Amino acid sequence: MAMIAVWLKIDEERVVQALQEAGQKLDSVEGEVALDFSSVRRIDPSAIRALEEFAGRADDKGVKVVLRGVNVGVYKVLKLVNLGPRFSFVA
Amino acid sequence: MIASEVIEERVQIPTAAESLSKERIAYLEGLVSQARTAAAVFTQYTQEDVDRIVKAMVLAGLAQAQPLARLAVEETKLGVMEDKVLKNMCATEFTYNYIKDKRTVGIIREFPERNLVEVADPIGVIFSLTPITNPTSTVLFKCIMAIKTRNAVIFSPHPYAWRCCSEAVKIMYEAALKQGAPEGVFSCLESHTLQDNAYLMRHKDVGLIDATGGPGAVKAAYSSGKPALGVGPGNTPVYLEKTADVSTAVVDIIVSKTFDNGTICASEQTVVIDDEIYDVVLKKFAELGTHICNEKETELLSRTVIDPQTGFMQPMAVGQKATDIARMIGLSVKPGTKLLIAPILGVGRAYPLSVEKLFPVLAVYRAKSVDEALKVCIDVNHAGGLGHTAVVFSRNDEIVRRFSAVMNAGRIIVNSPGSVGALGAVYNDLVPTFSFGCGTGGGNSTTDNVNIYHYLNIKRVARRTQAHMWFRVPNQIYFNLNAVENVRQFPSRSTIIVTNPSMEQIGHVDLVRRNIPEGTRVHVTVIPDAEPEVKVVMQGVEELNFYKADQIIALGGGSVIDAAKIMKLKYESPDADLEELAAPFLDLRKRVVQYPTAKVNHARLIAISTTSGTGSEVTPFAVLTDKERGQKVTLADYSLTPDVAIVDPQFVMSMPKGLTADTGIDCLTHALEAAVSTYASAYTDCNAMQAILMAFKYLPIAYEHPRDEEARTMMHSASCIAAMAFANASVGVNHALAHAFGAHFHVAHGRANALMLPHVIAYNAAIPTKFVPSPYQKGYVAHKKYATVADLLGLGGHTIEEKVKNLLGAIEQLLDQLGFPRSIADLGISKEEFERAMPELTRLAFDDPSWRSNPRMPLMSELADLFWKAYAGRGPAKVASATQLQTV
Repeated sequence: MAMIAVWLKIDEERVVQALQEAGQKLDSVEGEVALDFSSVRRIDPSAIRALEEFAGRADDKGVKVVLRGVNVGVYKVLKLVNLGPRFSFVA
Repeated sequence: MIASEVIEERVQIPTAAESLSKERIAYLEGLVSQARTAAAVFTQYTQEDVDRIVKAMVLAGLAQAQPLARLAVEETKLGVMEDKVLKNMCATEFTYNYIKDKRTVGIIREFPERNLVEVADPIGVIFSLTPITNPTSTVLFKCIMAIKTRNAVIFSPHPYAWRCCSEAVKIMYEAALKQGAPEGVFSCLESHTLQDNAYLMRHKDVGLIDATGGPGAVKAAYSSGKPALGVGPGNTPVYLEKTADVSTAVVDIIVSKTFDNGTICASEQTVVIDDEIYDVVLKKFAELGTHICNEKETELLSRTVIDPQTGFMQPMAVGQKATDIARMIGLSVKPGTKLLIAPILGVGRAYPLSVEKLFPVLAVYRAKSVDEALKVCIDVNHAGGLGHTAVVFSRNDEIVRRFSAVMNAGRIIVNSPGSVGALGAVYNDLVPTFSFGCGTGGGNSTTDNVNIYHYLNIKRVARRTQAHMWFRVPNQIYFNLNAVENVRQFPSRSTIIVTNPSMEQIGHVDLVRRNIPEGTRVHVTVIPDAEPEVKVVMQGVEELNFYKADQIIALGGGSVIDAAKIMKLKYESPDADLEELAAPFLDLRKRVVQYPTAKVNHARLIAISTTSGTGSEVTPFAVLTDKERGQKVTLADYSLTPDVAIVDPQFVMSMPKGLTADTGIDCLTHALEAAVSTYASAYTDCNAMQAILMAFKYLPIAYEHPRDEEARTMMHSASCIAAMAFANASVGVNHALAHAFGAHFHVAHGRANALMLPHVIAYNAAIPTKFVPSPYQKGYVAHKKYATVADLLGLGGHTIEEKVKNLLGAIEQLLDQLGFPRSIADLGISKEEFERAMPELTRLAFDDPSWRSNPRMPLMSELADLFWKAYAGRGPAKVASATQLQTV
């Protein structure tokens, strides 16, 4: 099966919306999807819920989710809510 | 905490989540998940974010102080609405005033002088139980603390105070959200069961339980296996002592005991009054609207407001007005009576009113003496109030001191109301709180007034500190030929020369005597030419006392100088216990046993060394033999260092060859061990390196040509210079081995050192099996130090390994030149004998404090290995080729 990677930039002002849009694209993805978090300085509870949902949908479709450019503060939050293992992280 | 449970709990909270439905578990899990997410998100917030949210919450709480108070009284039927308003205002305004400028995010405190920084970390999810007695104020207080510390809280209010508490949570939550707090940061159980509490207390994502409630809740919290803040019940004794300001005391007690109808657990329960003022005090109480019960009325109260079965207060009385209580029990009092006072004759089950009463009923006791008063206060304290609060009214500081010493209470309130005083920040500088830690007496983990620092994990960032070091040597050192003439410059009325017989025979004593200023009374104390014994030293001390000496001149080798050091110590400080002073220690500056500083006599110690090896004239060490007990006592303290050292080569010109070699190698070993010591510094290195250089150059000459004045002068100075190095950097494993071996087989110290030296250098230059902790050095440098020595000696070599090998070769060559035996076997010690001695040798070597500053921590097996290497011995050629140096 061909690997098709999708690269999506996440805007800090609309993290939830961006993740929902990304979720809709999961149907056309095979392999992995990369979400660029480099412009996200903080996340809130709604963003965490959106990430959880996104990870669940990706799991269902067998798509690997890669988070790129996650800052240390956001990384710690993901760790605290046990979301760390659901994603791969790249600088 | 406290009275809550008059109403609810004599029932234990279950220790497991029994019989919870799936739906209920899902609900509770939802609460925890929401709180965990909020707490995680909260970690991203700055101090400024937090402070902004806190201020908005405080303002919201202040604005709602009255409605919340009204709601609390309506729902709980306890307390006084007006007082509850004040409580709500204290919980918001006073708490804010205390915390507003305090840092709770990131670095919260710095101690630059200690290289320490404290960094705050939130706890995460807190499960909080709140009481019926102070329902809304406790919620307001805890919400503010939680936000200030970036924590999320799930509240479990007392079931009879749920409505007012959930309203308080809602007010705080909405105010916080408006300022950007994370969604879900506060939640409140919508109705609850004891099973809910048990489930949440044991939940893996709950970080802390803050149980402000009755004994059952507190016990359940502590039994849950989670970190918990649980605060216990009280039974506050008050001592009203005869020097007190009675008018102030009476008003304070009324204020406190009637505040919110006595529902604060720190409020006064039994007032113990000195006989001298008892009548005046009761009269004053009566004048101010208090009803003093007669014997019959007291008996009535005892039967009605205290449960005769349990001995605890009756729920129906908790938080009620005095007049309502009187009406309930059929006691006739004046309208407006504030407080019912019941005289009691003792404490305990026979005197029911001596327990905690969270309503305006106060027991009083007439004490005939201070001791009796203190004993009754202790009894009250132990009758259910351990760890909580105690109050004393007195102008006598000694009384306050005695009271504080015997009370088991986290708060001792002096000359002020107990309840409002314990809350803090009103009558005193206690930290404001609505949770009183009661210490172990109350089954709690803290005696503090619980506040923000209990809601934080405080991390201490400890940077490496630059260790304090030292370089201590005698004030004055005179060296080179005829240095002894400097003795003239020291005035003395009475001088004792401590020496040994040979010094007299060869005229050294006369030489010294000629240089003592005229008019000085001089006495010569001759001691045996051997390691000093306790008996010999004490005889010397007697002579010092007899002649009232103000100067001691030690003339001889290490043994004589050591004896003189100890004589001076015992002469100046007769109570000094030599055995105690010889107690082991790791760091001179932190030793348990301190040397005496108080002195009954004063004597200058001038040390004139007559050998070139021990360097005792400049060191703080002295060795003493206690033959009666069959033990050696090693003393070490800079106070033992001689005041003046004379290093005059004319005293060593006649040293025989063997002694020259032995003492010379001792000097070289001192310098080499000081150079690689973990205590080495630039100050000791310069001395060690210089001594090594001088010893390598002049020891062979002094050995071959004993009358060579320059060689003798330089070796005598080398010995002193090496001693200055090891007096401050200490020695190492070579000395530990040599001490053990020399003592067991009666081999001269220098000779024993020589047998070990090449093997120890090879050992120290290799990668240690075990590194030794040393705050004084960075990294492992012994091999580099040896390489530096090789460079200094011009031994050549390109790499560190080569240089260390060349140094070993040079040492082997020197030992050959000086005619040393090259192995222990060469001494005629059989292998079997050596093998038999090995356990004792390794034990002695390991117990020897000398190796503590060695760069490599020796294992017992390694000490044995070194002994065996010394037994086999190696020639120079072998060392150069066979030593497997694993340099780092």
